[in-house]
Amino acid sequence: MVDINTEGQLDTVQMMVNMGPQHPSTHGVFRMVLWVDGERIVDLEPHIGYLHRGSEKLCEGELYAQIVTLFDRLDYISNLNNEMVFCRAVEKLMGLEVPERAEYIRVILCELNRVASHLLFSGTFGIDAGAMTPIMYAFRDREKIQTMFEAVTGARMMHNYIRIGGVKGDVPDDFSQRMGALLKELRQGIDETDRLLSFSEIFLARTKGVGVINAETAIAYGMSGPSLRACGVPMDVRKDEPYSVYDRFDFGIPIGEKGDSWDRYYVRVMEMRQSMLIIEQALEQMPDGPTITPSRLVLRPPQGEVYVRGENPRGEIGVYLVSNGADKPYRVKVRPPSFCNLMAIKELLKGTYIADAVVILGSLDIVLGEVDR
Amino acid sequence: MSALETLLLVSVILGVLTGLSVVVLSLTWLERKFLGRMQMRMGPTRSGPYGLLQPVADAIKLMAKEDLLSSWVDRVVYWVAPLAVFIPTFMIWVTIPIAKDLVIQNMEMGLFYIIAFSVLSIVGLVTAGWASSNKYAVIGGFRAAAQLISYEIPLILAVLGVVMLAQSMNLQKVVDQQDTVVYALIQPLGLVIFFIAGLAELGRTPFDIHPAESEVVGGPFVEYSGAHWSVFFLAEYINTFAIASLTVLLFLGGWLFPGVSDDVSALGVLVFLVKTYMVILVIFWVRGTYPRLRIDQLMSLGWKVLVPLAFVNVIITAVYKFYEWPAWSLTIMSVAILVAVVWELSRRMRTAPTPEYTVKLYVPVSEVSNAG
Repeated sequence: MVDINTEGQLDTVQMMVNMGPQHPSTHGVFRMVLWVDGERIVDLEPHIGYLHRGSEKLCEGELYAQIVTLFDRLDYISNLNNEMVFCRAVEKLMGLEVPERAEYIRVILCELNRVASHLLFSGTFGIDAGAMTPIMYAFRDREKIQTMFEAVTGARMMHNYIRIGGVKGDVPDDFSQRMGALLKELRQGIDETDRLLSFSEIFLARTKGVGVINAETAIAYGMSGPSLRACGVPMDVRKDEPYSVYDRFDFGIPIGEKGDSWDRYYVRVMEMRQSMLIIEQALEQMPDGPTITPSRLVLRPPQGEVYVRGENPRGEIGVYLVSNGADKPYRVKVRPPSFCNLMAIKELLKGTYIADAVVILGSLDIVLGEVDR
Repeated sequence: MSALETLLLVSVILGVLTGLSVVVLSLTWLERKFLGRMQMRMGPTRSGPYGLLQPVADAIKLMAKEDLLSSWVDRVVYWVAPLAVFIPTFMIWVTIPIAKDLVIQNMEMGLFYIIAFSVLSIVGLVTAGWASSNKYAVIGGFRAAAQLISYEIPLILAVLGVVMLAQSMNLQKVVDQQDTVVYALIQPLGLVIFFIAGLAELGRTPFDIHPAESEVVGGPFVEYSGAHWSVFFLAEYINTFAIASLTVLLFLGGWLFPGVSDDVSALGVLVFLVKTYMVILVIFWVRGTYPRLRIDQLMSLGWKVLVPLAFVNVIITAVYKFYEWPAWSLTIMSVAILVAVVWELSRRMRTAPTPEYTVKLYVPVSEVSNAG
């Protein structure tokens, strides 16, 4: 409970407001029970689990190659990043080598997926703050990326493209040219959104100094990704523990200073630019060769356990995989970034306004498919 | 009242109602098309040429829709609330002229009448929120009350500035006074205050606090559906048209336009409508551009900026009238104050030196040499 000074004022009665699971700005089926004093939030209780599908348990009943599709459906905004982390876990367990070309394709698509995810975030964040136009611009650009994904993987979402040992198939012949054109358009789009939303006075007033969290608290709650970097902690798995071919690219990690909603927003905007730098370098360096290491249809990794980390658009994703030598995993556990970032919601929301609740929740950029699994 | 008078009265009421309905239909179409174009969309295209029949289709849909009623609703208040919002917005059209001498009842105290009636619609919003027995509606209703009452004051004070210039509350005379130079040029400060306060009165972006879709999910109207909701909808668009009309009448010279004779009513109506729709397009433009303010920011803008500014506007107008200075002196004072306030506000809202610096690129030290 937050003590709001009401001395010398009229007595007020607290009201319980149930926000979600059917509320336009809880980003899916997240539910918060708010106790409000006028417009101020005194206390809240988050409820999750409305989208629980038992994904981790389902994994135990599927063949390794089939589990990739389940990972697609965790964080359904950044499917490829999810596929990649699971495939890396199995590859690490089996000691499987991935061809160079496949690694580059993976990195390019994952970074493109990061841009798409952040575009969706910047658009919906605008909606949360009450601006209705930025999402149209964001979706225009995201649509182009989805078209690109369709050209490469055959699906707009739920690609099932990254396979254990490589990728499903090679990219189209005109991939480089199309990517070049796409990146140019994306850059223009991001600059446009910057002019329309990022530096708009009202937007700054709504997000600056709202939902501040300091680095220690954020780390204590287990936050990661852009939400943690906005507090000034340069933690990025791609730099700290480079996987795939990330150690071959020059890119920076955007960090914020204050850890408020605007920093969380702009860190993501700057990340999009960095991701595009990575894509450009990867396109230049991409070697020719096979795109998948041939392996048996039914994989039987040796007995053992493995934990693999990866940098998702929302933060650090971890996959803990236990194998007993069978064709199905004994146990799969996911450390979802959204879930850990959401932990701080109570800390962030207390004492703020109802309107801020929406903005702060939006700035954490949660995906309920991943929170509830 | 003789039968003829009664017939006349009924036909006038029906005429105004029809006219306003046509205006509302055109506005909904215009808003969707205009916003669509701003957002690289087409807007409605399927019903009729250019989607012109879309508002009609919407109206039919709304009328045919079931009126859902929650069981805890306070029925009488619930049914009365839409009318309490709609009737005042309809009543003010009695004295709003749309061309020279083209008005139902020209009143000497016309502006006073308009303001007195437009305040009444707050009651409808609060009761709608209360009677819905929905917490979002209650929050929305109270937000509406706080917002509308706060912004009523600068609105009235801005109107007062015009009344002082024109020395009349009669809208006909106010417009006639602007035949040489429109008040927007003499009193730009008044125009800005009136327009901002008007946006807040309408509950439009960036002041759409009480219907805020992403926060209180439609505010006072959240429980309403079908025909009753459409009455609110109608009132909202009539209000938009009314505020735009008042902006045109008070500041932009009404039906007057250089080179166009104001003796021909049809021309006057045309000029008036063109000007009004221009103002409405500005309102839509703002909606397509800005995010929403927070309730405390809205309040501080109202009480700490607009109310004092409106008083300053009244005072400089009084000084100008008393000493009978030339008109451009008031223009200069107005513009100077406006520029100063906008500059200061913009500086304060931007906080810290420049926002770019709070997010910077971090590159691990070991890689400084090869980082781009």
